[in-house]
Amino acid sequence: MLEAFNAVLNRDLRLAMRRRGDWVNPLVFFVIVISLFPLGVGPDTELLRQIAPGIIWVASLLATLLASETLFRADFDDGSLEQLVLSSQPLSVLVLAKVLAHWLITGLPLLFLSPLVAVVLQLQGRSIPALMASLLLGTLTLSLVAAIGAALTVGLRKGGVLLALLVLPLFIPVLIFGSSSVLAVEGGFPVQAHLSMLGALFLLSLALAPLAIAASLRIIYE
Amino acid sequence: MSETLLEIDDLSLFRGQRCLFAGLSFSLSAGQVLQLVGDNGSGKTSLLRALCTLLPLETGTLTWRSEPLPQGRDNYLAELCYAGHADAIKLDLTPRENLAFYASLSNVPAHHIDTVIDKVGLAAQRDLPCRLLSAGQRRRVSLSRLLVSKAVLWLLDELLTALDAKGRALVAGLIAEHAAAGGAAIFTTHQPLSLDGVRVDPLDLNAIQVQDDSGVHS
Repeated sequence: MLEAFNAVLNRDLRLAMRRRGDWVNPLVFFVIVISLFPLGVGPDTELLRQIAPGIIWVASLLATLLASETLFRADFDDGSLEQLVLSSQPLSVLVLAKVLAHWLITGLPLLFLSPLVAVVLQLQGRSIPALMASLLLGTLTLSLVAAIGAALTVGLRKGGVLLALLVLPLFIPVLIFGSSSVLAVEGGFPVQAHLSMLGALFLLSLALAPLAIAASLRIIYE
Repeated sequence: MSETLLEIDDLSLFRGQRCLFAGLSFSLSAGQVLQLVGDNGSGKTSLLRALCTLLPLETGTLTWRSEPLPQGRDNYLAELCYAGHADAIKLDLTPRENLAFYASLSNVPAHHIDTVIDKVGLAAQRDLPCRLLSAGQRRRVSLSRLLVSKAVLWLLDELLTALDAKGRALVAGLIAEHAAAGGAAIFTTHQPLSLDGVRVDPLDLNAIQVQDDSGVHS
C-alpha cells in the first residue's frame, strides 16, 4: 500500500516538474489578485492592513480552486484514472497521494509567497508566522475538499463553474478561522484557538475526504 | 479439464434506459481465449467494462476463482489487467517510467521491465518521452502493461488499434504465450487476428441482444 502511495506521489511530482504551466499559473494568479487590491483600494495603509488577512485568504482560496480543476483531468483524459480505480490497492490511499502531490506543487508555494504579499498589504511582521501557520493547515484542508469537487466534475466538459459552486460553500469555515487567526494577532489576542479549529478541520477532511473522493471517482465511471 | 477462473451468470447490462443484453452466462477457464463478437453498439466495450467492475451489473453475478464479487473484488482486481481504448500512459514520461509506475501500483517487482520493453520492440525508445512516440508505439507501451502486471486475466478492448502487421503478430504471440502459461484473455477487435496453436472461442453479443421495445427499463 505504501509502495503504491509513493508510486503515485513520485509520478505526479515528476510530471509536474516536466509540465511547469500547470502549477505556475495558480501562483501567478495569487500574486496578481493580491496586487490588484492596493491599486483598487488606494494607498491607505491602515485600510489595507485591516483587510489584508481577508484578501490573502480569499486569494489563496481562489488559487486552490483554480489549481484543483486540473487535479484529475489529465488522468481522466488519458485513461490512467481508470487504471487507478481498477488497482487492487485502496483507491482512497491512491487519491490521497494525488492530493498530497498536488498540494506540494500548488499549495506549498503559496505558503512561501505569503510573507511577500503580507508585506505588500502592510501586515505587521509579527502576524506573518500566524498567517503562514494558518495557511499551512488551511490550504491542506482546501486541497482535500476541492479534490472532492474535482473528482465529481472531472467527467464534465465544462465543470469549472460547477466545481466553484460545489466547493466554495465548503471553504467558508476555513476562510473564517484562517483570516480570524491573522486578525487575532493583529489585534493582540492569542491565536491558539483559531489554529486549533483549523487543525480540527484539517484532521476531519483528512479522514473523510479521501473516502469521498474515491467514491466520487467510482461514480463517474458508471 | 483446466481450472475455471471466471464465471458469469445471468448478466444483463443497461446503458441509460436501454438494455444492451440480458441473461448472458459464460465461464472462462485457465488457458482459454474468448473473442467478443458483435456490431458497433452491441455492448462489447460495456461488457468488458462491466467485467472489470467499472460498470455496475444490472443483474447477475461475477465469480472469480469460486469467490463471488463484491467480496472477492480485491483478489479479482489483483489478477486482472484491463487495456481499454485509452492507452493510459503519461506522454511526459518515458516508456520505462510509465511501466515502473504500473509495476509498483500492482505491487510486482520492476526488474523485468527492460526485458518487456525489448520484447514489444521499443528497445531504442525506452528512455524517450512517450510524447515523441507514434500512436502504434504508444499502443505497444500500453500493451506492455499486461506483461509487467503479471495479471492472469487480460481484458483487451480494440487491442489492435494503430498497430502495424508486425504489431498484430506480436499481440497474437503475446496472447498465445499468455494462454499457454495458464492465463486467460477476453478481447474485442474488428480486425482479423490469428493465434497460433490457441483456440479462440467466439462470444456473439448480437445473438443475445434485446430488442429496443422489450428492453426499455421501467
